[in-house]
Amino acid sequence: MASRRRKPAGKAQISLVVNGEPTEVAFSPHKTLLEVLREDLGLTGTKHGCELGECGTCTVLLDGQPVLSCLALALACDGKRVETVEGMARGAVLHPLQETFADLGAAQCGYCTPGFLLVAKALLEENPSPTRDQIKQALAGNLCRCTGYLKIYEAVELAAARMQGEEAEAKEETLYGRR
Amino acid sequence: MRKEPGSRYYVEGIEVPETPEPRSEQEQWTQTEYVGKPRPRVDAYERVSGSAVYPSDTYLPRMLYGAILRCPHPHAVVKGVDTSEAEKMPGVRTVISAFTPDDRATQPHSELIHTTLFSTRCRYEGETVAAVAAETPYQAWDAVRAIQVDYDVLPFVSDERRALDPDAPKVHDEGNQVAPTDTYERGDVAQGFAEADVVLEEIYRAECEIHTPMELHGCVAKWDGDSLTVWESTQGVYNIQAGLAGALGLPLSKVRVVGHYMGGGFGSKLQAGKYTIIAALLAKKAARPVKLTLTREETYLAVGNRPASNMRLKAGVKQDGTLTALEYVGSGASGGYQAGGTSLLDWLVRDLYTCPNVRTELTNIYVNAGPARPMRGPGHPQCAWALDQMMDALAEAIGMDPVELRLKNVPTVSQARGGSPYTTTGLKQCLEEGAAAFRWKETRAAIAREGNTNHLRRGVGMAGGLWAGGAGGPPSTVIIKLFSDGSVNLNMGASDIGTGTKTVMAMVAAEELSVDPDAIQIEHADTGTTQFATASGGSKTVPTEAPAVRAAALDVKRQLLDLAAGEMGVEASGLTLKDGKVVSIDDPSQEREITALRSLRRRRSITGVGYRGPNPQGKAVNPFAAQFCEVEVNTRTGEVKILRFLAAHDSGRVMNRLTYQNQVFGGITMGIGLAMTEARVLDGDQTGKMVNKNWHDYKLPTALDVPADMTCVPIELEDPEANSVGAKGLGEPATIPTAAAVANAVYHATGVRITNTPITPMRLAQALADARKGE
Ligand code: FES
Ligand code: FES
Repeated sequence: MASRRRKPAGKAQISLVVNGEPTEVAFSPHKTLLEVLREDLGLTGTKHGCELGECGTCTVLLDGQPVLSCLALALACDGKRVETVEGMARGAVLHPLQETFADLGAAQCGYCTPGFLLVAKALLEENPSPTRDQIKQALAGNLCRCTGYLKIYEAVELAAARMQGEEAEAKEETLYGRR
Repeated sequence: MRKEPGSRYYVEGIEVPETPEPRSEQEQWTQTEYVGKPRPRVDAYERVSGSAVYPSDTYLPRMLYGAILRCPHPHAVVKGVDTSEAEKMPGVRTVISAFTPDDRATQPHSELIHTTLFSTRCRYEGETVAAVAAETPYQAWDAVRAIQVDYDVLPFVSDERRALDPDAPKVHDEGNQVAPTDTYERGDVAQGFAEADVVLEEIYRAECEIHTPMELHGCVAKWDGDSLTVWESTQGVYNIQAGLAGALGLPLSKVRVVGHYMGGGFGSKLQAGKYTIIAALLAKKAARPVKLTLTREETYLAVGNRPASNMRLKAGVKQDGTLTALEYVGSGASGGYQAGGTSLLDWLVRDLYTCPNVRTELTNIYVNAGPARPMRGPGHPQCAWALDQMMDALAEAIGMDPVELRLKNVPTVSQARGGSPYTTTGLKQCLEEGAAAFRWKETRAAIAREGNTNHLRRGVGMAGGLWAGGAGGPPSTVIIKLFSDGSVNLNMGASDIGTGTKTVMAMVAAEELSVDPDAIQIEHADTGTTQFATASGGSKTVPTEAPAVRAAALDVKRQLLDLAAGEMGVEASGLTLKDGKVVSIDDPSQEREITALRSLRRRRSITGVGYRGPNPQGKAVNPFAAQFCEVEVNTRTGEVKILRFLAAHDSGRVMNRLTYQNQVFGGITMGIGLAMTEARVLDGDQTGKMVNKNWHDYKLPTALDVPADMTCVPIELEDPEANSVGAKGLGEPATIPTAAAVANAVYHATGVRITNTPITPMRLAQALADARKGE
């Protein structure tokens, strides 16, 4: 056990690094990582769409890899690094992906957005300039009922370009459509 | 003959007050600074940073969790419910059922669907039988499982095509037909068919779809004495308020419903669910706040669907493309209770293309399955599936280009409304400009030239559409407050369901008050603190709310200019607002910062009120559309790849180019779902249960299924008559022609017509094999 502090009766306790912060959390041992994040750590940015591993809206990064937090038992995450949507911005400065999702309208109702953002972040960390097909493949496990995905791909591409240091702007066509 | 379609179907049964006429004259904008430009959402930061609090993110101190026991059978009588074990379980605070002595629990819960909160005769899988509130969700679910129910399982019928057979099990004792068959007739169809050169007849079917918004249905209910606050994922807080007040016998003033953010609805979150009322009852009994979120599986069963639709269409056309007669027989599955199983299912046949002789018949049928609810353009995508495939077949039969045939029959008046003229009819422009931008003729010629003999076949298809709603209308009240530092607060009741309502309204206020939209703070979707608005649905939010916002802004402007006139010694009529200043129109050097107005500083704020005025008398206000697509079909596997889509839409003025495009691409994607993947599957032979009540088996289009090439061509016709901003609805039209366009493209590619949704590889491969055999 990582901590010597007494844990409350009937609860499990683990150490996590949540968005860069070392965190100890005690919870009922049957809880999923999703539940611990939302209910015990107050991080409600991670959304709950099905709890069946089908929609991807609960995606977080666990040691840098996207996982469906609704299928991860929190107990099994002891000692790991967890990154949620709340950890993407630096203070109030948004991550380039968050910025392009906002600017291009890739977030409509926004409920699927945290999941897409984290999958995209993991993708860009591994492959800084992915092709459209690679983006599609990476995002294929996340459902969105509002946007039709196109704006999401474009947002990922624009963020990728900006993260490479290019002064990329949204294409006229992206904002206005083809004339 | 039945009356107009329920243009306000979403508030049926709820009385809505009319609002007074706007106070100031409102000319259409000629030049705009903000309106019409692409503008990211004003709340985009909250939506991408994880800081937006959705109703499902609401956690209150001492909150309990609710869970509902649902009937596992499609048809059963509940003879008894034994909750004694459940009540003894750890953490359980309250258990209620139809057998709990609680008078409220047995009241009809809505005007639309007559049933008790907990049913003793369950007519669909998923009907509510009992509910629990406990300290944790796990404890609540354990308790639900411990409840003993004595069911008398009855025979069921799950297919509306068999439900009217004399020996079919009866969903309701009076029979399975919800109401007498509804007929509509104009002209003389027999004569019309006699005049036709070609008459075709076909049977079509669109399978039942489920809305499945990403955020689950649910709410948190909390009592303070005798007043109730509910945070609900909803399209309309005032509908929820009315539903709760009605069911619980509370005055409206004691029910506060809040719904700032919400994760999608598409029609399934227009009304209070039984779960909302159950949460309130549990919270009352336990004297603790209760959170009740449905599971994904429950949302497949019990919160609505686009009903399965059967359509037989017979059509006559002359060699020159004149439509002479349309005869249409439709039926739909209402579900276990009275719901819109056939709502607007014939509207396109009656109204979309010019035809003097039309007869339609609609039959709404009970089955033992979840009740229907409006889903993005109720009835329309299904009707388009039939009508626009038929138009395609007629065009081929007379050797005419499909676009030409539609152009030949563009209506100038709303035939279904006895010939009222439309304020604008952009269908012709949608067809012409859409076809040109898509390179329709060129692509068809290229496909014909290259031949289509390979196993990978290309095809193009198109379809037209209109939406029976989309006009908006009263009531709506909006309040705008201008502070002495020039910043603005906008107060409206409407929900922003992800479409960008808040953003558009900020742009409208900014346009009149000449302030940056970012300086506008919006309060919305809270029955306790914001003004009355109808639910956001029916593609009516922009045309309803934007004129009210504009009127409120003009009211503020008038008062502000009056104040300034006194201080500047210029007539108010000679003043205007520009970049935070009051400026003289004749002599622009005469100006004063708003913040420098002494009288405003003394007053601290100006409040303006705006109302939505009435729609034009005797006119029809409808959005129009035409969509075009190109597909590649693998004739060996039956797989269809959608290569590109182009959507031309006449929704009047474009308010925000970015959110406009969002609506169109999202609508196309939902239409692709109807065409290609989505269908509720009931085990009709054995258990009657739904077998694909999850996203794994019920397939939504994913990132891999949508074309990378989607184009939106707005046809921006001036429509000064429609309302004071000249905008018509868009969200629904965007999904209406889509599936028919795909089916027509598949036909163009293969020569095989798929008349039953969805066009799965198996279905198409089978049809291709049958066609080869027939050759
Ligand atoms: S909530 Fe985890 S995949 Fe849907
Ligand atoms: S933006 Fe609503 S589900 Fe993706």
